[in-house]
Amino acid sequence: MNTRDCGHIISGSSPAKGEAGKTGEWRTQRPVLNREKCLAVKANKDICYQCWAFCPECAIERKPGGPVDLTYCKGCGICAQICPADAIQMENEYDSSEQRKND
Amino acid sequence: MTVLNNEKTISIYNNSSNPKAYPPGKHVLTGNQSAAIGAFLCGVQVIAAYPITPQSPVVEELSKFVEDGELSAEFVPVESEHSAMGVCIGASIAGARVFTATSANGLAYMCEQLHWASGSRLPIVMGCVNRAMAAPWSVLNDQQDSMSQRDAGWIQLFCRDNQEIIDTVIQAYRIAEKVYLPVMVCYDGYILSHTVMPLEVPDENKVKKFLPPYIPHTPIDINNPVNINPVTLGEPRYNANGVLCHGYMEHKYLHHKALRDSLNIIEEVDSEYKDTFGRSAGGLFSLYKTDDAEVVIVCAGSLSKMNILVVDMLREQNIPIGLVSLRSYRPFPNQKLSAALKNKKLILTIDKSLSYGYQGPICIDVKSCLFEAGISSIVISFIAGLGGRDIKPYEIAETAYDYWNKFLNNELNSENIYESQWINCKY
Repeated sequence: MNTRDCGHIISGSSPAKGEAGKTGEWRTQRPVLNREKCLAVKANKDICYQCWAFCPECAIERKPGGPVDLTYCKGCGICAQICPADAIQMENEYDSSEQRKND
Repeated sequence: MTVLNNEKTISIYNNSSNPKAYPPGKHVLTGNQSAAIGAFLCGVQVIAAYPITPQSPVVEELSKFVEDGELSAEFVPVESEHSAMGVCIGASIAGARVFTATSANGLAYMCEQLHWASGSRLPIVMGCVNRAMAAPWSVLNDQQDSMSQRDAGWIQLFCRDNQEIIDTVIQAYRIAEKVYLPVMVCYDGYILSHTVMPLEVPDENKVKKFLPPYIPHTPIDINNPVNINPVTLGEPRYNANGVLCHGYMEHKYLHHKALRDSLNIIEEVDSEYKDTFGRSAGGLFSLYKTDDAEVVIVCAGSLSKMNILVVDMLREQNIPIGLVSLRSYRPFPNQKLSAALKNKKLILTIDKSLSYGYQGPICIDVKSCLFEAGISSIVISFIAGLGGRDIKPYEIAETAYDYWNKFLNNELNSENIYESQWINCKY
């Protein structure tokens, strides 16, 4: 067997980004930020950050308009739901093929 | 909760003594008392169990030890067997030596947690006081309950008498903590659990020497939090540190390998126990007059003890019969068992349980291990004693006598080779 267990005889993980593998591969939708609506971008201050706080994959950076790490964003849409300014829209991966090329 | 690894608990662990009422030496005790005293001597730290007939006296005895201050353990009364095993899993992960016991429908209710315990590789020891499964409702003995949990990934050891119960509980912790697998100590309800027999209670100090303190495989450290048993996908994956971690299948392979490796450990521990305490609890299986036997009975549990009488009775009639008493049912000692059954012409397996739609579980496993060893003896599955139906020595003796004669006269046909034979079923 060429796999290693993490020093344990049982399955385990630690709280860290990417601990569950490259969950970005699961995504069918991606979050797209409307910078004109985002409270933190508008104020250019450390405010709100609800998307950062609620992201279960820790894939959103903690800064105004913080980019989403699409390697780990699994497209769950919690950020879009939680955003108080309705600044995040979920777009289908297959519709935004143009955007994918730019990644 | 204290973890056994610190010095203070180790010193408490080393300086305890036998329960006041049960000093080392000969006692006349029930199987349930025997199991409870076994757990006491091992210095269990957490006990969680829900009462069910015929297991209840085990927990009553242990709760009395805790209440009287004789056993410094956390006794957790729970609302169900599912929760009992849940408490045991949590406590065992935290580093405590834990004990629980159950029977029949309680064991079935625990089913999901049994898989959690074994998959988490926790050395939990559980007394399984064998009782028939409902429906129809029954509180009496057979072995359907533990046989139905055969594939839960636990080690299953069967006891023949009350002495073996106390010895097997002590050995079970040693085995479990060595291979990191839970152990089910199975013994027949009423026949052993509620019947008194003379037995030797070992000295706690000797037990402590035999059984070193428990060291958990994954220490719980608040500064280094871990999520135990997260969603584990089919394929191996890289974690955040770039380490390739096992997928589900690799973990299951390791679990299975640990069970197979425990075959040797069970034998080693039993022979070490014999060196320390002067008696064996049967290793993987025990043999009685099998050397020159041509027909052999294979069974497990209290029935094995009774079948010694049967073998002696038939030997007087010059029937070349022997007995194999299976102690370790999972892991199944296929290689050693087939070596022991080599050159036997007729094998009669007696199951107190049934894999509905086929035959007795012991019979099925015996057949498969003979096949892989290229032995083509005739194996006949007998079903007996379901739901507390009394099994008398003469019934087994008559059956074995009949079938041996049928074998000699070439009268064994597809009806008794391919179908299980029910002893003393009046239908």
